[in-house]
Amino acid sequence: MKYLTEFRNGEIAQRMAREIHQIATRPWKIMEVCGGQTHSIIRNGIDQMLPAGIEMIHGPGCPVCVTPLELIDKALAIAAQPGVIFCSFGDMLRVPGTDADLFQVKGAGGDVRVVYSPLDAVELAAKNPDKQVVFFGVGFETTAPANAMSVHLAKRRGLKNFSLLVSHVLVPPAIAAILDSPGNKVQAFLLAGHVCSVMGYWEYPPLAAKYKVPLVVTGFEPLDLLDGIRRTVMQLEAGKHEVENAYERVVNFDGNQAAQKLLAEVFEVTDRAWRGIGVIPKSGWRLSAAYRDFDAEERFHITGIHTEESPLCHSGDVLRGAMKPSECGAFGKECTPRHPLGATMVSSEGACAAYYNYGRFISAEELAGAGSGLTGVTHG
Amino acid sequence: MGENVKASTQESSSSVPDFSNWSCPLPLAGYPTIVMGHGGGGKLGNELVEHLFLPAFRNPELENLGDAAVLDMGGARLAMSTDSFVVQPLFFPGGSIGELAVYGTVNDLAVSGAEPRFLSASFILEEGFPLAQLAAIVDDMAKAAAIAGVKIVTGDTKVVERGHGDGCYINTAGVGALRPGIQVGPHRAQAGDAILVSGMIGDHGMAIMSVREGLEFESQIRSDCAALNGLIAEVLAAAGTAVHTMRDPTRGGLASTLNEIAQSSGVGMEIDETSLPVRPEVQSACELLGLDPVYVANEGKVVFFVAPEAAQQVLSVLRAHPLGRDAARIGHVTAEHKRMLVARTAMGANRVIPTQIGEQLPRIC
Amino acid sequence: MCLAIPGKVEEILTEGDIRVGRVNFGGVIKRVCLDYVPEVEVGDYTIVHVGFALSKIDEESAQKTLAVFREMGMLDEELAGEEEAFARAAAAPQSACPDGSCAGK
Repeated sequence: MKYLTEFRNGEIAQRMAREIHQIATRPWKIMEVCGGQTHSIIRNGIDQMLPAGIEMIHGPGCPVCVTPLELIDKALAIAAQPGVIFCSFGDMLRVPGTDADLFQVKGAGGDVRVVYSPLDAVELAAKNPDKQVVFFGVGFETTAPANAMSVHLAKRRGLKNFSLLVSHVLVPPAIAAILDSPGNKVQAFLLAGHVCSVMGYWEYPPLAAKYKVPLVVTGFEPLDLLDGIRRTVMQLEAGKHEVENAYERVVNFDGNQAAQKLLAEVFEVTDRAWRGIGVIPKSGWRLSAAYRDFDAEERFHITGIHTEESPLCHSGDVLRGAMKPSECGAFGKECTPRHPLGATMVSSEGACAAYYNYGRFISAEELAGAGSGLTGVTHG
Repeated sequence: MGENVKASTQESSSSVPDFSNWSCPLPLAGYPTIVMGHGGGGKLGNELVEHLFLPAFRNPELENLGDAAVLDMGGARLAMSTDSFVVQPLFFPGGSIGELAVYGTVNDLAVSGAEPRFLSASFILEEGFPLAQLAAIVDDMAKAAAIAGVKIVTGDTKVVERGHGDGCYINTAGVGALRPGIQVGPHRAQAGDAILVSGMIGDHGMAIMSVREGLEFESQIRSDCAALNGLIAEVLAAAGTAVHTMRDPTRGGLASTLNEIAQSSGVGMEIDETSLPVRPEVQSACELLGLDPVYVANEGKVVFFVAPEAAQQVLSVLRAHPLGRDAARIGHVTAEHKRMLVARTAMGANRVIPTQIGEQLPRIC
Repeated sequence: MCLAIPGKVEEILTEGDIRVGRVNFGGVIKRVCLDYVPEVEVGDYTIVHVGFALSKIDEESAQKTLAVFREMGMLDEELAGEEEAFARAAAAPQSACPDGSCAGK
């Protein structure tokens, strides 16, 4: 595929990794916020190619992982209602709520459907006037324009049976919260390239200046990630703390104006609870007053939700980068992709799932016993 | 977690299953009802087999868990297999449920080393299902049977009320004659064996995806459904007992099949991602939906585990056959990291490829 | 977040009230909403996420970036002997350092 395959060239990747080895003289801790980047790093083994001193910390950029438990439970309650068609991205189907997940609700008779785009849900609403169609609108700024358009179109078309269950989260406040947290060890960030394709990167210079950390807009393919990491290390070595764009073919400073315009109309900033982390002020979007009619939480008054996380689950620590998945006591034991305790083990890009699926669950002892040719031991 | 569910010693009510004979202390945790993932060909489905069917039906023929059961009937060695077909839509690019129904069972017999001979065909039809569609399906089955060289010799038809059946479900069962001297099975892969695949992976699953409501896309991708017994016959004729294991990677894809064999044989496997044959459009469709081709279903491919000295010969035989033109050697079996499938990525790093959990779902993240 | 892939716009249509492109992703064509990228024309490449085009790909920039990437580490190659270095890097069991010069695990 053009503009994709070229950025996966293994030989060039090896060379770029070698460059990083040459310029790094000290250990550095870099966080990639975006779950898609976590997925790519682990799946391609990018972190294995880096010098031992460079540690990639996997941040809370997985909207599936950070959607509040209470909202999941509300989603389950709505999906279970007769007369409702509940539409969602595939990612959300196995995220555990307090008692169940969407898959189980489907199994019990709920009309739960996977769609590729929120517009598919709008079409369903138009075709099924006797049903309430609810779309589970989770995501970061990348997905918000799609969700905004869906509700904007529903309004324009006068659809009374479409609503959005919203849980949008924003990157800049998350970065600030991580940098503010006591004991923070993150020294630089790879910025989420596709979030920036929408929002630009004009929000970040104040952050870089205030916290004195390099912030590098980075793409998702192996060469893009290596380039983002290389530039970050160069800044760290030189004591710089600037915002840099390593994804120029897709991202520009101002971002997508048309998208930002509709986002400002459809959404407004609000405080948001991040599962496993807690409330980060002004870190989310909810529907604005003009669109509040389409808010599923308001349309379906769900009460009596009693949320309870598993006490064994350390998703929050993992999401903050304070703990590696393999350091969690339940990792690989009570908590596996088959029996996930928290969202980070379910989501395909959740750090715990990524670690498990891509083979980081082998302990150092087992690895020593298993012989050569296989790696996967975590750093440090 | 992990508590035994004890049945009462008195007569249990007919609606409460008796768990006291279960072989595994872990109950079917987490899912008190069947979910779609149980049919996905991955871990959930395997759990049903291991924790429900096996303990209940207990016998050595079943416990082999091969694609077909190997039966001894007064001296004659037969293989028997069954498969049910619930695909939606019934007609898809490159095939139909009818073709799948015939080829699926034919292939299960063929990869067990048998020559497929006879099939049964049972239909569960939904009230209101158009006869014209049934006729088209049956016509497909007749043609497929002729291509595969098998006869459909018995069958059954049931009708369920409107709303209870998705149009048409088909079950086929088949018997075949086991070749003397040929012993293949999922437990027979050995360290050093070459792993070969007969062609491009992921065609069938993505052909279905391309017409699935909510996810449709336009492409030239067609199902690869085909009868594999001819291809397999040629391979066995050329390499004989050097072929240790064969399987057709259907639901759950190549990854699940390799993992199953790794489990059964107690070996590790290493494959090279850059040598996996994938059609560019299939790769693109997977990129679009966030899917991995190694987990996508195939209906016309075989994975072979072959003694290394015979690998080149088998590859030549495959490539000379119309169904094996894109055959490739993708890896080898190892005594290390037992029961694990490891892939070397294009970056030169190693990653473990686990078996699929339920069904692979499109993702946005 | 953010599974977004590049595709080429083959055709632009109006479907009801939205501007839709038939976008070609390596042989697979999907209908995509183009309302956020009014500047995108037939023949352009665009990044698509959940059925929405978010950005036009700057092809010149892409080519420049690739050219820079190809140059990277070229000096090392010349010193070490290009083919040998490639072969070693490609064949080496994964270690912390691609050319094996760091201490192994």
